[in-house]
Amino acid sequence: MQKVKTIILKEWAEVFKNRMVVFSVIFMPLLFTALPLIFLFATRDAGMSETNSDLPPQFARLCSPELTSGQCFQVYMSSQMMILFMMMPLIIPVNIAAYSIVGEKTTRSLEPLLATPITTAELVTGKNLAAMIPAVLATWLGFGIYAIGAWIIVQDERVMRALFDPMWMLAVFVAGPLLAILSVNFSIMVSSRVNDPRVAEQLSAVVIVPLLAIFFGQISGLFFLNSLLILLFSAVLLFIDAGVVYLAVRLFQRETILTRWK
Amino acid sequence: MIKIENLTKKFTATLAVDRLTLHIPEGEVFGFLGPNGAGKTTTVRMLTALIGPTSGSAVVNGFQVGQQDTQIRRSVGILTESPGMYDNLSAEFNLMIYARLYEVKDPKAQVEKYLRMLGLWDRRQDEAGTFSKGMKQKLAIARALLHEPRLLFLDEPTAGLDPESAHLVRDFIEDLRKEGRTIFLCTHNLDEADRLCDRIGIFKTHLLVVDTPERLRNQLFGRKVVFHLQSASEMLAASLRSMPFVHEAKAIDNKLLVTLDDPEVHNPHIIRTLVGLGAEILFVGELRHSLEDVYLQLVKNA
Repeated sequence: MQKVKTIILKEWAEVFKNRMVVFSVIFMPLLFTALPLIFLFATRDAGMSETNSDLPPQFARLCSPELTSGQCFQVYMSSQMMILFMMMPLIIPVNIAAYSIVGEKTTRSLEPLLATPITTAELVTGKNLAAMIPAVLATWLGFGIYAIGAWIIVQDERVMRALFDPMWMLAVFVAGPLLAILSVNFSIMVSSRVNDPRVAEQLSAVVIVPLLAIFFGQISGLFFLNSLLILLFSAVLLFIDAGVVYLAVRLFQRETILTRWK
Repeated sequence: MIKIENLTKKFTATLAVDRLTLHIPEGEVFGFLGPNGAGKTTTVRMLTALIGPTSGSAVVNGFQVGQQDTQIRRSVGILTESPGMYDNLSAEFNLMIYARLYEVKDPKAQVEKYLRMLGLWDRRQDEAGTFSKGMKQKLAIARALLHEPRLLFLDEPTAGLDPESAHLVRDFIEDLRKEGRTIFLCTHNLDEADRLCDRIGIFKTHLLVVDTPERLRNQLFGRKVVFHLQSASEMLAASLRSMPFVHEAKAIDNKLLVTLDDPEVHNPHIIRTLVGLGAEILFVGELRHSLEDVYLQLVKNA
């Protein structure tokens, strides 16, 4: 565990001197937190009707009957943005993780590191956690800021209940870390196979595509996320994560990495 | 300390190391010489358990390569071809990382010891990226020593260093030798190998020869003694050639160049003969071939 901790501290000390990483860990969560708040603020006066009976039935189904049509619209629009809190743990670690192996390759620091008694599992775990922890913490912090901002803007318990229903709690606190694991390990896999950090980042960014599909699926009304879907999604993610963690360790071939350095 | 038997490494179509057999006892400084691409770094990587052999076996510090790799990595120190420091981190932080990875008992004290020993203590808070090549190399040597390994692999320790830094590094290696550590030294610097190594191995995919620098010189070129005379002649050379222990004698300018096995034993006899023949000897010296001559000759023949 001491070695894993050492790798985490080393990674943080190193990557947080990289402006791109700092940008992705600080600016992106701020931006992704601001967007739903802006939506909430912009839609705060939308529709004054006391009931939601004037809403189209397929739309009204999504809202609790206690909400007015304006509040329902506000909840609906802001909920579309909530998926950003699932994107954060996917996007933020890409920079850190993609840099983690290729960066070591380019600075030629991987060989002395691999010459220490550290095991591949310890090294990959250290690099995993070093990329995952800031991403998950930044997401949760952003979500916390969003909750406070939403209360200040909305000032209505019914809307708050609708906004922070268990589905989004599951999405942020369960699916979020699982997405981060997927993203980090995919990036590490890519990173240990390519020689250029930029290529690693670009290839690793592919991991966001399935989530974008969910985002556009929901915004276009193709389907709507609910707690069951998120639970199912998390279960599938757990399964995929186990696979990618295993693959990341398996694909981290010390010999291949060392001998194919260019 | 190192026992290698028929160690072979093949990369797809390339045979990098071919049936290397070598024994290196404790406390020896062994020079591993060879041209670029000869397989020296591959050998070091196999012996430090960074990559696995294709066939053959090696025991390093009592641990079997390919089976007890973690124990090998824990027990040896390695200076890689490139220092590979974390340029954004301070010198001290760089070493602290490795001290912890090598599970050093008192990492802080050990880091301080080597930073002071290598004259880097005052720059400990500076980023390694701001260091000169020589300072980075010293930092990398400190890194290799943090866990006090008895066996050290040094891959090109003075490559690219200015003469002053190279001298400093060589002196440090000399100190390590005095401490009784075993050193496996890969170098292109033949003068360095000549000065530091107890034995050298010349390697080009397979081991061409292993011996002490002195014996290699003697085997290849014999021992040559130069007699500087007031006036040398072919007649004097012919007289020396008739002696049973003289392999060759040539008159060149005012010198007689004599090849023989044991100058310490036979020189007095030669001197008496020359004086008897009326030669006036100004002085006598041994013509010493450089290790470079030995190396070039062996690599060319290979």
